[in-house]
Amino acid sequence: MSVVLADMPKADMSETVAPAATKAIAPSRGQRPWTFYVLATLFGLYVLALYGPMFCIYILSFQDIRGGLVFPMKGQSLHWFVDLFTQVRTGDVKGSFDRSIKLAVIVTIITVVVSFLAGLGFRKRFRGDTAVFYMMIGSLVAPGLVLGLGTGLLFQALGLNASWYTSALGAQLSWTLPFGVLVMFAVMSRFDHVWEEAAYDLGASRWQSIRLVMIPVLAPGLVAVALFGFTLSYDEFARSLQTAGSLNTLPLEIWSMTLNVTSPSLYALGTMTTIVSFIVIGASLGSIVLIQKKRGSSAKG
Amino acid sequence: MQPSSAQTPPRANLAGWLYVSPLVIVLVPFFVAPILVVLVASFFATDGFGGLTPGFTLASYVEVLHSALTLKLYLATIKFTVLTWTFTLFIGFFVAYFLVFHVRSQLLAIGLFLLCTVPFWTSNIIRMISWIPLLGKEGLINQALLGTGAIGQPLEVLLFSDLAVVIAYVHQLTIFMIVPIFNSMARIDKKLIEAAIDTGASRFDILRLIVVPMSKSGIALGTIFVVSIVMGDFFVVKVMSGGGSASVVSAFYEDVGVLQYPTAAASAVLLTLVLVAVVSLILRTVDIRQEIAR
Repeated sequence: MSVVLADMPKADMSETVAPAATKAIAPSRGQRPWTFYVLATLFGLYVLALYGPMFCIYILSFQDIRGGLVFPMKGQSLHWFVDLFTQVRTGDVKGSFDRSIKLAVIVTIITVVVSFLAGLGFRKRFRGDTAVFYMMIGSLVAPGLVLGLGTGLLFQALGLNASWYTSALGAQLSWTLPFGVLVMFAVMSRFDHVWEEAAYDLGASRWQSIRLVMIPVLAPGLVAVALFGFTLSYDEFARSLQTAGSLNTLPLEIWSMTLNVTSPSLYALGTMTTIVSFIVIGASLGSIVLIQKKRGSSAKG
Repeated sequence: MQPSSAQTPPRANLAGWLYVSPLVIVLVPFFVAPILVVLVASFFATDGFGGLTPGFTLASYVEVLHSALTLKLYLATIKFTVLTWTFTLFIGFFVAYFLVFHVRSQLLAIGLFLLCTVPFWTSNIIRMISWIPLLGKEGLINQALLGTGAIGQPLEVLLFSDLAVVIAYVHQLTIFMIVPIFNSMARIDKKLIEAAIDTGASRFDILRLIVVPMSKSGIALGTIFVVSIVMGDFFVVKVMSGGGSASVVSAFYEDVGVLQYPTAAASAVLLTLVLVAVVSLILRTVDIRQEIAR
């Protein structure tokens, strides 16, 4: 999704679709080919399967006290949301929610800064760049649980205490940074170097060209990196399991709930975390669109 | 073509390293070091109570390689990987194909694309457990099938089975195929297709001779994601199979649970080697760095 997010503002892509070309595969007017209906059905079923189950649990989380894990819906109330925060047996939901948000914010800030700098660095070849690149790919594809265990053992060997803001923070960065840098690759490939050179010609220092030219131009891409940083950290599970120490993050709390809670409060927690995710996604995509709109209107005016 | 690193002046090297140094500073202690720790631990002996005795023994490897369980675990993992890869590739390819070549409005195509990606930014765990109300013994699918009289007994194979594991994987991972394939397809020059039509190519010929070869890099990238995630997963297998199935990493998780660190580490090292082999095999077919930056 990285590359396309960067592409999204460029609505001019439609102009490149030649009418004759679209005719054979999908005529731009007139009758659609039979493949359109087959593929549209496939797409519809995919989206239904993607969202259907999620909406089931959102609906089921609003049952009353008689509620179970399956349909039919038994009454309507906020009972299970209240239950989530008041029952001791479901663990420390509020605390872990708090920690997860704080951790996600820290991870987001570090991810944006580090990915941006790495994106600048990778624009030109330098000795050893391939090694750094493959280290990053390795960090992305390595099994999270194995990395988490290694980090946990490392902290143990060094006599450090594992905690969510040290070992888990690092373990999560090993997951969010490769994503962030890959998004930056896509964003940078669409950055026109002419702007940067113009800044230098006008006497800008390297820092001024970054601050006054690159950051504003690349802003939508940086928002996309932030979105990846926040959501990947907020939902991260495998790498945090052995590194979070004694205090749980929210996904770890959900994991322990899947093992011992068999009431709709599990669904209520799912609904709650998804609302947070949707707010973050909406804010990110919204701000990308806003930046583009502002840019479009100032370019015209 | 960019100059090769051998010709770059020292200043460019220094600047490059300065820019990527924060990345390296994070990845060395939190990726390289942990992998080395696991590698070293795999050669240690254990007292069986979580204590590690420094030393060099291949006992853990001998144990892992001699165990009949290892073969079973790898076969199960490969089965899940192949099934998931097949379904995600099929669905991912045709969803991308639909969006790029069949949706007339570019804006609508991007909107539908984002519709596919939004769940990626929500919790995987929640998306997985959301299958329970559907697939369970009293779930919607069984209720519907019983209601129509298609079955007399609720199907128990739907939830807590290998089927449920594959469904959960495909549900979570198809997006990893759609995105890179969509990207490579969107870059195919429409003139090429125009030329193919002019020379009398059929719709199927275009798919076979132009679209598939030119989406190869996207397919490779998606494959790396899907294969490495499925092979490294323990969570979906553990929850969705109801404990009935295991994979290499879920066995690793059990080993860690009973403090069998050296055995767990040895099996992790083996898995990592297998993963590295698979990923480098895929990487030989495509230069991803160039593909991503293009």
